[in-house]
Amino acid sequence: MSNKEKKLSSERLQRVIELCKSVEERGVDPFAVDVDDIIATLQKYFPEWESTEEMALDAEAVQYLASVIQNQGDWVKHRSTSLYTDPFLLEEKIQRLCKEELATLFTTVWNPIIELEQISIASLAEALRYWNELVPISERWQKNGPLQVAAGATTWEELVRLKILAEKTFLEELEAFWKELKQKVGENEKILYWDFVGADTYSETIDRAYLTSFLVTYGYATLELHPLEEEIFIKPFTKPKSELSDKRMISVPISVSSEEWMKWKEGRQR
Amino acid sequence: MDEMERGETKMTRKAYYARKIKRATQLLFYKRHMKPGVKGWELKNALGSDYPKILKVLDDHLEKLDLQVKTVFEGEEPAGKPTLEELNKARFFITLRGGLPSKDAKMMGWRIDDIAGLATAISYIISKKGKAPREEVEDLLRSKLPGWRVDINMNRYIRSGYLAEDENEQLYLDWRTRAEVDQKALVDLLLGTES
Repeated sequence: MSNKEKKLSSERLQRVIELCKSVEERGVDPFAVDVDDIIATLQKYFPEWESTEEMALDAEAVQYLASVIQNQGDWVKHRSTSLYTDPFLLEEKIQRLCKEELATLFTTVWNPIIELEQISIASLAEALRYWNELVPISERWQKNGPLQVAAGATTWEELVRLKILAEKTFLEELEAFWKELKQKVGENEKILYWDFVGADTYSETIDRAYLTSFLVTYGYATLELHPLEEEIFIKPFTKPKSELSDKRMISVPISVSSEEWMKWKEGRQR
Repeated sequence: MDEMERGETKMTRKAYYARKIKRATQLLFYKRHMKPGVKGWELKNALGSDYPKILKVLDDHLEKLDLQVKTVFEGEEPAGKPTLEELNKARFFITLRGGLPSKDAKMMGWRIDDIAGLATAISYIISKKGKAPREEVEDLLRSKLPGWRVDINMNRYIRSGYLAEDENEQLYLDWRTRAEVDQKALVDLLLGTES
């Protein structure tokens, strides 16, 4: 099928969907839809569809057609119930009757629901208890203005202690981490991921995993995956590789959950 | 001794049902939620799984006061005897058993225009197989009622639970109509009037 024919077929399908939607949303007679013809059309076009958008359009047309068939079933079911009546006849009756007659008729078939509301001594007592304990609104809705603090001076060490500034720049920290990796690897060329990242505490492990991800991303190291053995190794480069940005990068998700850290720690202790 | 024991058992059963009926009365008459009435599962929790029997006894008592226990099922009404599961999902109300003189409706806060409008809307929706565009219903009401009153009343019918409106502005009959109005009787009465 040429592109032009495909476009025409898609438009035809859109019109089918609009027609079926009008049955559901605007109460159009469901029997006005020629279901057999639409099914034959869908069957004819289905082998030509290739892309996911075309398949989705076909699926949508089938879905709305199914709802039309359901509406047809509901119509037949309604006709067979005792509530069926000719709408034009009923409308004509309604138009001819005056308001008083309509109201009188309705009240003979109307059985309103009886419902009572009543306060009791117990609920009053509870309400009074709640009232006595309730803090006044002036206190509940107090608007706190900004805190007034006297301006002063601070030191660089204080800012580092408060973790507002870092002692080293991030790059300095990363390079120090890379040196540590190269030292740990030694002549082996590589080290197991958990043996490098794992630490005595879980929060330190997370920090190391975070820095390791930057080592790999910035070309200081690479990962070697052995999926069958479920092992991941880190291999440091002797020099950071800048040409990595020209190559296609993939993401490798590695879970560093507390359960896995515990498992690694127990394994190390054994 | 056996007769005495039987007598005691009978008194205990009577006391048991009397207690349960009082509890059922409180649950059904007094408004507890946004909607009136009580769900079947709430009655089951309060009265036990034999609550349908208790409601039947209560219904017999209420007949003398021209009241009744009305059940509105979730979805369509079951064809035969409803199962306990269907009853648990249904909603139970106390309604008037007989009709209401139209002049008494005024005491309930309904003007004659309001009732006539409601009757017209419900009948029209029934004739359209339970679903009708709001615009069509409003046009029909405007033929006899002022436009501003039609707008107010339509919102009132929807808020009260007589009618429901979906996102496509199609009106349906809602829970209160199913609980309060004998739809078949209404249609028969309308068709039975002389043109």
